[in-house]
Amino acid sequence: MLYIKCPHCGWRSQNEFSYGGDATVKRPELGKDISDQDWNNFVYNRKSLRGRHWELWQHLSGCRQWIKVERDTATHEIFNTLKATEEIS
Amino acid sequence: MTQKFRLENVGLINRNKKLSFKFNGKTYYGYEGDTLASALIANGVHLVGRSFKYHRPRGFFGAGVDEPYAIVQLYRNGETEPNIKATEQELFEGLEATSVNCWPSVNFDIGAINNFLKIFLPAGFYYKTFMWPKSFWYKIYEPFIRKAAGLGTASIKHDKERYEHKYEYCDLLIAGSGPSGLASAYAAAKNGASVILAEDKSRFGGTLLTSEVNIGNKSGKEWAEGIISELKEMPNVTVKNRSQVFGYYDHNMLVMSERISDHLPETKKFHPKQRLWYIRAKEVLISSGSIERPIVFGNNDTPGVMLSSAAKEYMKVYGVLVGRNPVIFTNNDSGYETAIEFKNNGIDPLILDTRKDPNSEIINDAKNLGIEIKNSYVVVAAKGYKKVKSADISKISDDKEQLGKIENIKCDCICVSGFWTPTIHLASQSGNKTKFNEEIDAFVPGVSKQNEKTLGAAKGIYTLQETLKDSFETGNELSKKITNSENKVSFPNVVEKKSTVHDKFWCVPLPKGKNYKRFLDFQNDVAVSDIEIALKEGYRSIEHVKRYTTLGMATDQGKTSNLNGLQLVSKIENKVVPAVGHTTFRPPYTPVSIGAIVGREVGKHSKPTRKSPMHTWHEENNAVFVDAGVWLRPRYYKQGNENLFEASKREAKNVRTNVGVCDVTTLGKIDIKGPDAAELLNRVYTNAWLKLPVGKARYGVMLREDGIVMDDGTTTRISENHYHMTTTTAQAANVLSHLEYYLQLVWPELNVNVVSSTEQWAGAAIAGPKSRDLLKKLFPNSDVSNEGLPFMGYMEGDLFGVKARIFRISFSGELAYEVNVESDYGNFMWEKIIEIGQEFKIQPYGTEALSTLRIEMGHVAGSELDGRTIPYDNSLEGLLSKKKDFIGKRSLNRDAFTSEDRQKVVGVVPLDKKTSIPEGSHLVKDANAPLPNPKLGYISASCWSVEYDNPFSLAILKDGKNMIGEKLFVMSPLKNKVIPVEIVSSHYVDPKGERVRS
Ligand SMILES: [Zn+2]
Repeated sequence: MLYIKCPHCGWRSQNEFSYGGDATVKRPELGKDISDQDWNNFVYNRKSLRGRHWELWQHLSGCRQWIKVERDTATHEIFNTLKATEEIS
Repeated sequence: MTQKFRLENVGLINRNKKLSFKFNGKTYYGYEGDTLASALIANGVHLVGRSFKYHRPRGFFGAGVDEPYAIVQLYRNGETEPNIKATEQELFEGLEATSVNCWPSVNFDIGAINNFLKIFLPAGFYYKTFMWPKSFWYKIYEPFIRKAAGLGTASIKHDKERYEHKYEYCDLLIAGSGPSGLASAYAAAKNGASVILAEDKSRFGGTLLTSEVNIGNKSGKEWAEGIISELKEMPNVTVKNRSQVFGYYDHNMLVMSERISDHLPETKKFHPKQRLWYIRAKEVLISSGSIERPIVFGNNDTPGVMLSSAAKEYMKVYGVLVGRNPVIFTNNDSGYETAIEFKNNGIDPLILDTRKDPNSEIINDAKNLGIEIKNSYVVVAAKGYKKVKSADISKISDDKEQLGKIENIKCDCICVSGFWTPTIHLASQSGNKTKFNEEIDAFVPGVSKQNEKTLGAAKGIYTLQETLKDSFETGNELSKKITNSENKVSFPNVVEKKSTVHDKFWCVPLPKGKNYKRFLDFQNDVAVSDIEIALKEGYRSIEHVKRYTTLGMATDQGKTSNLNGLQLVSKIENKVVPAVGHTTFRPPYTPVSIGAIVGREVGKHSKPTRKSPMHTWHEENNAVFVDAGVWLRPRYYKQGNENLFEASKREAKNVRTNVGVCDVTTLGKIDIKGPDAAELLNRVYTNAWLKLPVGKARYGVMLREDGIVMDDGTTTRISENHYHMTTTTAQAANVLSHLEYYLQLVWPELNVNVVSSTEQWAGAAIAGPKSRDLLKKLFPNSDVSNEGLPFMGYMEGDLFGVKARIFRISFSGELAYEVNVESDYGNFMWEKIIEIGQEFKIQPYGTEALSTLRIEMGHVAGSELDGRTIPYDNSLEGLLSKKKDFIGKRSLNRDAFTSEDRQKVVGVVPLDKKTSIPEGSHLVKDANAPLPNPKLGYISASCWSVEYDNPFSLAILKDGKNMIGEKLFVMSPLKNKVIPVEIVSSHYVDPKGERVRS
């Protein structure tokens, strides 16, 4: 079970969190025209990365905040966690 | 029966407490502090089971966790448990155990015929033989193999024992209380670190209990006792015996099973039987020691052949002799320690040492005691069927290839020592890249992946001096870093016997003309010849060889067999062992009971049960409940001998003619506040929300980004910046996360807060033509007329002193209201509604009637909004705003979603107006078309229409919009039904929706 540092609450076990997918995907702005290809990329197309990956988790059984977690998908090593509003550098 | 093999005055057992126990129906006696194994050996019992494949007699091979043979079925306090190692099970008064894997009895076993047919049971036998003919597998082969094999019988009774889970955090977790565990725990504890020290056995101390050493002028055992009692006094230390750390998971999370009551005749009141610890440790020290390795020779599985260290442990810990005429077969000095122990107890052992001319302090001691030693000698084969009676021995050439003349000598046990294998399971599980150590012919931990270090024998350090020094230092260094304080303990003076190098010899060659079985894996009956066949047949990867031959795949995980297997493969393949590599170590290190894994989450505790505040009333009024997610909801209220169908029909009919009340507390509720609340709703719902006035409710549909309907419900504007959202019971949690996702990540600029208020409000839906009359009496001070509270209106009211929210919304399609009060007043509200509703013939109705009412009205719900349908499919396209963008809108342009013959919800009525239509059935054009019959749609929900008194269903049907009036067939292969039906509008009752507005 992973050990994740919530930027709001501190270190908590994985069973308090739920996984929320790729954190680098940006939702296209509402009301803006967008090509089919770009929309499909946003809704469906994800890279299945091996290695460092920024992903979203929600601290569901804690502060309920969505957070960004940089995790190695192969080794599970977690390098960094950020608040929802913090930009991935 | 007397304990003929019990020594006097030796051992750590309590001779003042004699215990009686039964094995295979026969009564024996042992002492408190015995294991089942030591007590049986004390009574001269060495035949405890039959082997897995050949049903050869099985005795004891070890004295602890590594035991591959002595697996028994245990009976304790009216319960039975399989897969219990006799070497680990502590004796208690009244213990009963039986042999497993033998039929009809351990002494006469029919399966042993396999032993004489063994030429037919080589590696891969099952794969090769039982594959053909295919139909034979289930009927003939499998049942027979299952009966003949197996390691006991699982109980099918409910387990009345309690098992607990515990979460713990510590600075250092130390697995194993031998010298390295004690030293490191002590050093770390002195520095103020929080320490958990876990010991698998009942006694702390590991090898210190059996070795002749001196630490700080104390015997090893006394030193261990001193350290343990000091540790137990320290508030920052948790010391646990009978506790096996069996798994090492990600981020330094380890799992340990604590056997709290297994050693007692019955579990004490309020105590669990076992406890599973989830431990998150900053640092882990693995002090799991090493396991002695067998030497492979002919018939080396005969009862009476055992590890030399086990023989020593039986003497020193349990005061038990494994034999009176022992042969010690060794390639290193450890065997001499066992021999000396025999000699000290008045027994004359014979040592066969594979080495030509070894010289060390221990060997000199043995010589000085007059112990007979034969150098360059091996045991060629054990003789005897159910117990060793003699041994064929021989001199062996210097190159270890040629045997000399074979002599037969009488003996009653053969104690084997093939040197030591570090227990690296936990390190390997942690991701540590293990490496091969040529000096000890074994794998040791290499580069750590997690915060883990291995100490002492577990990393191949076999001298006490070095072990203690390293362990004290490591414990001190690691804890110092965590606590920032140092309280260094002085290193004690260590006296131990010096030993010399071992011989790398591990397998005795077959003598000419002999075809002895030489076993590698004692639990799975894998012999040298099996590996040879596997390699001949082309298997190369050690992982494949393992699976094909089942080497190391038994419940002991090959603790005594893996390395010898590797040695053999590398020898045949002419590779070095590290090139062959070892197979993956996976948790658990030892079998863990299912009860411990499950913990308290069994039966009704397997998930939480949520009940509405009115639950007791429902119970008292004959409600029959149904699971709705984690909620318990009344399905119907039984009157007399009614069944579900009759009761739900009555309840639904009463709503259509009078008035009914339904507990809708379980609906998800989300409180939304903030100046941008309307903007949020406008973005997540498909319809327009910016102009909803205060005091009005609106129905809304939410989509996922892919255009699929996520949820529906009504949201009410309570005040300027305050909204009350309702969701379906099932989607409540997902909808909240969905809103939080957009607010926190996508539109952080919106000033809105959302919070679940599901539990804060109790809800009652009051539905039926007489509902307004009832409402007037419930709220005499409020204007609830059609003008005062129109359809989709909202007001606050005073329910006999309790503040209530009144919503004029309808799920049943009737004139209806929903009243909410704070949960604490839920029951008060309910009783008032029932009491005052009597004059209007009110009846409570459950989920079944609720479904009937919504289905015949054509209201879509969970069975249509099933994660596969878009708004159009549910005839909700009228709710899609053309003027604004919303979540999921862009996806609705997809070709499949806009195709002319897109599926759509329709109504379905059987032509005979009698036959009920099973939910999940398929709709087809031609009932007799060849298979696969093209499917046009499926039945999503079925009911018995109370309005028309005939069956009615909703279906999602291809080109539904043009199918009204068509005649199709419903097919249910599951129920073997073909029903001719007519497609009608999904709005079967009151298609214009006049009633809700009346
Ligand atoms: Zn948090």
